[in-house]
Amino acid sequence: MSIIADKISHIYDRGSGNETYALKNVSFAIEDGEFIGLIGHTGSGKSTLIQHLNGLVRATEGTVYYNGQDIYDPEYNMKELRRHVGLVFQYPEHQLFETEIFKDVCFGPLNLGLSEKDAQFRAFDALRQVGLEENLYYQSPFDLSGGQKRRVAIAGVLAMKPDVLILDEPTAGLDPKGRDEILDYIAKLHEETGITIILVSHSMEDVAKYVSRIMVMNRGELLYDDTPKNVFTHYQELEEVGLAAPQVTYLMAELRKRGVNVPLNVTTVEEAAKEILKVMK
Amino acid sequence: MARLDIVKTKGLSFDYIRRDEEGNVDGIVNALQNVNLSIEQGDFVAVLGHNGSGKSTFAKHLNSLLIPTEGCVWVDGMDTTDEDKLWDVRQTAGMVFQNPDNQIIGSIVEEDVGFGPENMGVPTEEIWKRVEAALKAVGMYEFRTASPNRLSGGQKQRVAIAGIVAMKPKCIVLDEPTAMLDPNGRKEVIRTLHGLNKQENVTVILITHYMDEVVDADRVIVMDGGKVVMDGTPREIFSRVEKLKELRLDVPQVTQVAYELKKNGIPGMDGVLTIEELVNAICQ
Repeated sequence: MSIIADKISHIYDRGSGNETYALKNVSFAIEDGEFIGLIGHTGSGKSTLIQHLNGLVRATEGTVYYNGQDIYDPEYNMKELRRHVGLVFQYPEHQLFETEIFKDVCFGPLNLGLSEKDAQFRAFDALRQVGLEENLYYQSPFDLSGGQKRRVAIAGVLAMKPDVLILDEPTAGLDPKGRDEILDYIAKLHEETGITIILVSHSMEDVAKYVSRIMVMNRGELLYDDTPKNVFTHYQELEEVGLAAPQVTYLMAELRKRGVNVPLNVTTVEEAAKEILKVMK
Repeated sequence: MARLDIVKTKGLSFDYIRRDEEGNVDGIVNALQNVNLSIEQGDFVAVLGHNGSGKSTFAKHLNSLLIPTEGCVWVDGMDTTDEDKLWDVRQTAGMVFQNPDNQIIGSIVEEDVGFGPENMGVPTEEIWKRVEAALKAVGMYEFRTASPNRLSGGQKQRVAIAGIVAMKPKCIVLDEPTAMLDPNGRKEVIRTLHGLNKQENVTVILITHYMDEVVDADRVIVMDGGKVVMDGTPREIFSRVEKLKELRLDVPQVTQVAYELKKNGIPGMDGVLTIEELVNAICQ
């Protein structure tokens, strides 16, 4: 049970002599239950890549396998794939449209052909999973705060019960607390249900705090695919491709330059404080 | 000599009034409550606050996009409710918004930047001079004949800023200009703003959620519930970690590390803002 990308390339204007590679020979395997951070500068191919994973965009070369099946097989049920691989776009709150929050979340499951009752069960579940207060369920989604709206939009995808949840910059434009809330709920969801999560983000601090594996995209190619600790030790190379490591990684690097014996592969505030205290005592 | 206040507000309050289908008042949201502020010409001011704290509502008062429900706003001495002064106010305080794609209208970079001054009736020759200077100021001159849709987010946002600069405002108000950009794009924009502030003495009012963008500001204003709740230098503001967390805000990672160290009895950890400061404090 997994997603495998096998040498996928996505080429614009193919054969025109002016070919552009949005993705170039990207290969990886994602196992069930992983929590992955996908990072890369604007235009690095992150969004194009995730749209390949649920068949919204078709690779020019190479293939994607979902649970061992080639999704480009003419017999393959693409609609089924999209139910299994849920995609939450950037600024998903722009896609809210119903008069009531609860109805909005029911829309997906009803579309899957579920009965009214089953759809409502799922909507309840999904709204609880994103931590929305119950007294808000029957209000207009447009009266909510930005963070709340976004959680409702994520609930709309969760109600489809996907096995894989892909979120494209779910915290863009939120304040720090709203950002932490969303990420905490996503982490909790991952822990409780074992759902596979792919988090596209610009925030290295967030990614370092939550995920167990990071994939770094650069100019359509997969540059690194490793644990956060290992990826962020390449902080100089990351800067060259328009990214950065968490601030604490730089702190550690500076301390080492001054002869303080701390490890470099530190990615969170708690770890940094612990390591510094160790050498100061 | 005391510097001039470019922005001054007195008892500024603003209510959003919601109406039902018949036009009856359904509810009132006090977005701003009795805000009294003076911002000096040439300052780099950062405005922080969680979503819904009133930051954007405040910003929109600075160029007459919104008019106070109560109280007054003066921009460079002009009352923003004075309709005769509307265009002067908007020329004095230029605004840059979050999404660069919504702000760019020209099909070529230099055309886009020239739109503002052209609209103001600036003579053609002068427009070209201003466009050139503005694009150089934001480091986008080499892209002057490029199509904006081929630029990165950070580059587009810098073009949007150049469009404002070309109108020669005394003050630029930016409402989360880096929210949609990647780390490199964010750095470019912030560097550009500091450059304009230092070299051209343009007052910068930067609304942001990113604490690391605030560290180099002259002054930080924190809003909550439509009121100004903190006002001081970055060092003063960020030494109050608990208070900021209460206000749903964050502090830079190094400040957090210093705070953790302080809790563990390490001295000299108050108001640490940069990596260099923390390294020095530890290596003493």
